[in-house]
Amino acid sequence: MQTLPTESPNPQPQQSEHIVRSYEEQLKRLREMVARMGGLAERQVADAAAALIRRDTDLASAVVGRDGEIDALETEIENFCVRLLALRQPMAADLRLIVAAMKVSTDIERIGDYARNAAKRAIVVSQQPHIGSLNGFQWMAKLVQENLKDAIDALVKEDAAAAERVWGADAPVDDIYNGIFREMLTHMMEDPRNITAATHLLFIAKNFERIGDHATNIAETVHYAVLGHMLPEDRPKADASAYTVVRPPA
Amino acid sequence: MDLSMIQSGAGTAAAAAPAGATRNEPRIAVRDLDFYYGANKALKGINFDLPERQVTGMIGPSGCGKSTLLRVLNRMYSLYPGQRATGQVLLDGKNILDDDVDVNALRARIGMVFQKPTPFPMTIYENIAFGVRLHENLSKRQMDERVEWALTRAAIWGEVKDRLNTSAMGLSGGQQQRLCIARSIAVRPEVILLDEPTSALDPISTLKIEELIDELKRDFTIAIVTHNMQQAARCADQVAFFYLGELIEVAPAEEMFTAPKQKKTQEYITGRFG
Repeated sequence: MQTLPTESPNPQPQQSEHIVRSYEEQLKRLREMVARMGGLAERQVADAAAALIRRDTDLASAVVGRDGEIDALETEIENFCVRLLALRQPMAADLRLIVAAMKVSTDIERIGDYARNAAKRAIVVSQQPHIGSLNGFQWMAKLVQENLKDAIDALVKEDAAAAERVWGADAPVDDIYNGIFREMLTHMMEDPRNITAATHLLFIAKNFERIGDHATNIAETVHYAVLGHMLPEDRPKADASAYTVVRPPA
Repeated sequence: MDLSMIQSGAGTAAAAAPAGATRNEPRIAVRDLDFYYGANKALKGINFDLPERQVTGMIGPSGCGKSTLLRVLNRMYSLYPGQRATGQVLLDGKNILDDDVDVNALRARIGMVFQKPTPFPMTIYENIAFGVRLHENLSKRQMDERVEWALTRAAIWGEVKDRLNTSAMGLSGGQQQRLCIARSIAVRPEVILLDEPTSALDPISTLKIEELIDELKRDFTIAIVTHNMQQAARCADQVAFFYLGELIEVAPAEEMFTAPKQKKTQEYITGRFG
């Protein structure tokens, strides 16, 4: 048994609390802000989808109106992070958390924009005749909303495994998107009067697909924040719509 | 002006400045080092390298052994009875802990700069020349050149060249510390040990010393003990974290401060204990 001559080991139990409590509280507050922003975005995605499915223009307008809240939170988070970086000179996991919060807030802000855009288009679609079923949209919105929720939860709980699951879970979203893409092409070819609605629906599908991609980005960022190393470059992807062509009817 | 010259020059500069990208050969290799203050074991089984022409930062809470290690590296401890080291500290394959080592010659090869500037109560010129004379027999002209070289390398020549024959005690703290660095490089050592060289200095003098360290690592292997983590992050190529006499983790600075592997390191550098 050896002890040092002059100083005894830290008498307090080793716990992962900062010596500076206000710093600890600020980091906690940062997590809460990101969680709140993520929660708002989840709701926007859910409501945009619901407005589309139920042809509810009031709900769609509400989604459009609420986007400013998310934007404001992004600014708030960014300013807060800059302040923490300047005043605390964070290191290691703290540094990664703060950088992650900045990146994640940018992703969430984009998600908010996509949800708003989907809601705007939902208003137009609701004034057009029905075309086909919107089940795919409902599914897609549900999947990306779940991914978004899980990614944000992973950040709050510092759960890298959960983040990795979200990261690998985007493929079904791409599959549904490809299905919708082909379906909309078919509707347009069948009857040119479908073109307005089908085009807007295509964009809405694209919006949801992009939201899924941003959820994946968030998962990647969270994984880095927790473990300190990046996930591999090549994520499982299934978006094949870029290669889809229109074949004229035979 | 030949452009190809510039390009090839830039090429060699880049090749000669690995700065953490690649590991250089170790200049000093520490193997299974234990150190005792009487019965107290202050260093326990230390193994690590000081890579050639890189800056190694040593961090850790008070009493963790980092300054002790620095004192072992140039046998400073030999001045005190009851202090002893076992294991190996290899400089060019030779264990400097061996009894047959000429400690004075060793200290010319491994220089040291302390926390508080320690200029001798002599002229600025004599502060530099004094140490050189112990090891080399230079003509007046050679000595003048050496003094100018050392002061220039320590980035203080411009400030003192017109007052070389005035007392070093009249310099500011930051200037005194750069003078001490000049004094240690004047004997052309291979390794420079810096024990919290800026903790008694103002922020601007601190930055000047840090800038100087960055300059000096082109020619010297440097070890710096610091309590200032930001300083280790700014200056060091590799960083070693000590805790209670043990080396917990050694890694490139970038890794150490973004993603340390050990929980203890993580807790220390994020300010969760210390």
